[in-house]
Amino acid sequence: MRTELSIFDKPRNVSRLLRGFYCALILLLLAELFIHKHHGFPWEEAFGFFAVYGFVSCVLLIFLAKILRRIVMRKEDYYDR
Amino acid sequence: MTANLLPPAAIFILGSILVPFLRGRGKSVYMLLLPAAAFGVLLMLPEGTFWTREFWGQTLVLGRVDKLSLVFGYIFTIMAFLGILFALQVDDDLQHVAGLVYAGSTLGVVFAGDFLSLYIFWEFMAVSSTFLILASRTRQAREAGLRYILVHLIGGLFLLAGIVLQVKSSGSLQFDYIGLDKAGSYFIFIGIALNAAAIPLHAWLPDAYPQGTPTSTVFLSAFTTKSAVYLMARTFPGAAPLIWIGAIMVFVPIFYAVLENDIRRVLAYSLLNQVGFMLCGIGIGTALALNGTVSHAFCHILYKALLFMAAGSVLQMTGKIKCTEIGGLYKTMPLTCLFCMVGAASISAFPLFSGFVSKSMVVSASAHEKMAVVWLILQFASAGVFHHAGIKVPFFTFFGHDSGIRTKEPPWNMLLAMGLAAFLCVFIGIYPDPLYRILPFPVDYVPYTGAHVVGQLQLLMFGALAFALLILSGYYPPEIRSLNLDVDWFYRKFGRGAYLVLDRGLNRINTICETTIRAFARGVARASRDAVAGLLLFVSVNFWIAAGYRGKRLDMKKSRLYHDVREGTLPIGFGAGVATLFIFLVYVLT
Repeated sequence: MRTELSIFDKPRNVSRLLRGFYCALILLLLAELFIHKHHGFPWEEAFGFFAVYGFVSCVLLIFLAKILRRIVMRKEDYYDR
Repeated sequence: MTANLLPPAAIFILGSILVPFLRGRGKSVYMLLLPAAAFGVLLMLPEGTFWTREFWGQTLVLGRVDKLSLVFGYIFTIMAFLGILFALQVDDDLQHVAGLVYAGSTLGVVFAGDFLSLYIFWEFMAVSSTFLILASRTRQAREAGLRYILVHLIGGLFLLAGIVLQVKSSGSLQFDYIGLDKAGSYFIFIGIALNAAAIPLHAWLPDAYPQGTPTSTVFLSAFTTKSAVYLMARTFPGAAPLIWIGAIMVFVPIFYAVLENDIRRVLAYSLLNQVGFMLCGIGIGTALALNGTVSHAFCHILYKALLFMAAGSVLQMTGKIKCTEIGGLYKTMPLTCLFCMVGAASISAFPLFSGFVSKSMVVSASAHEKMAVVWLILQFASAGVFHHAGIKVPFFTFFGHDSGIRTKEPPWNMLLAMGLAAFLCVFIGIYPDPLYRILPFPVDYVPYTGAHVVGQLQLLMFGALAFALLILSGYYPPEIRSLNLDVDWFYRKFGRGAYLVLDRGLNRINTICETTIRAFARGVARASRDAVAGLLLFVSVNFWIAAGYRGKRLDMKKSRLYHDVREGTLPIGFGAGVATLFIFLVYVLT
């Protein structure tokens, strides 16, 4: 088998990608300063609400999923036994 | 004009008959022409009622054409075209015919204006889709297919019971808005909810769909649940329980999707989550919410099919589809990877992709109605969708750890089907107007506002940040070969126990009943036989004594008569004589 190195096999490229990603996040927060907000729920007015909510949601999702895994996970052949 | 046209359902179902007799390129062209012809018919149809038949004093309607049924008709025919194109290389007529009948009966459901044709097409769907699961011809597929058809037949019985009650009270087979009020409507509701895979009636979907072939799962993902969404939107808009059923559906399956190891099971759980958005919209029931539901169903069918096509391509080319076994495939399947990412971006509702212009209508509708908790759940789920379907599916399939698998792109027709679906996802995302124009209500909604775009991007990108940090820190739940229990446990594991109880319990009762009844019947038979013999002897002996028979000769005559009666070898005249005598006795005594 050929051991060719593709684009994401080089750690340098991965860290570049991550750095670009972090920059995009900062830009997104800055962009919020320049937009006109809808009149929705009161908490939507708070700065960075969606950013915080998105982050917290995903951490919570993983946290709860790990607890769920302890309850529902079985061996692959569970139903065949 | 429409009198000369065939109903779209008939084009597919009758058209499928010829498929096994065709070969090679002609077969491919023929199969692709069927959805094209159906689409042409739909384009020519004005709104109204067509293809009506009188039947036992009732009117059957095969063509109830209005905005709601048309938009579902369009997307189902487009989907059938893509599904057939994707499966062209498959050398298995069972799959082709089942797929065509399945698509056709779905269109039958969509355009049915009366309960009878609805029910018939409904059951056609259940049966034809079962063959698509069985088409894998593995033991798992056979067992899952059996469970699938049993569950759907029960759902069909609920629908039928509801229909019977409903028709009995209204006296008409025609249906439109039903609403949750009478007992019959609840039965219908449960029947439809089962096909929509509404929690807790959902377990058949992640159980059966991932067992299909690489191509048949694409068909399966589109028709059953979305035709149920259509029917729900027609018959139960504004039914309050749907709001919470939908909210639970967008919420619970994403946890399973995070844990699942089989990519197609991940996609099955994300399908449940997406249908949750639609049911929630139907429950809210405003024009905006229903438009959101319909447009979301439209977009969802495309990107979910696209994701299942990408997963199917990987399965077809590598024979593997579990996170633990694949990874790093972007090196050898770059186009499939690209299409998968378009599907992932669409399901995550990234701006410029189709999910963004449809899902946000449902979310906005909940905000308009001031449903804060529902809104928060929907936003949580939006972040969660991106997490499992948007990132997890492409990441673990095409990036992640390099599995060392070196394969190549799937055949041209599979790539073309994925390319077309991806194109539509992006086209609708950038230019939603054509979709908005065919929605059931006039659209007064602008998806691309600064606040919406930035808010959605923040939600998604910071969700992605959480994924990145959790992966880098090693906290992310590892990929494990495993099975996660769902409510199908009740009929799979508990069901086996229940079977044993029924076997021991009911069969015991059976045996007791059988013994009792047999003893009773034997007793009755003997008693009646002896009664006849006794009566005959009583009459005959008097007669014989009068005639002068005595002693041995009399005994011989008695025993011969007794045996004749017992063996049934008595001349008919005797029986008739006794019967007459009996009637005479009755006459005298009363």
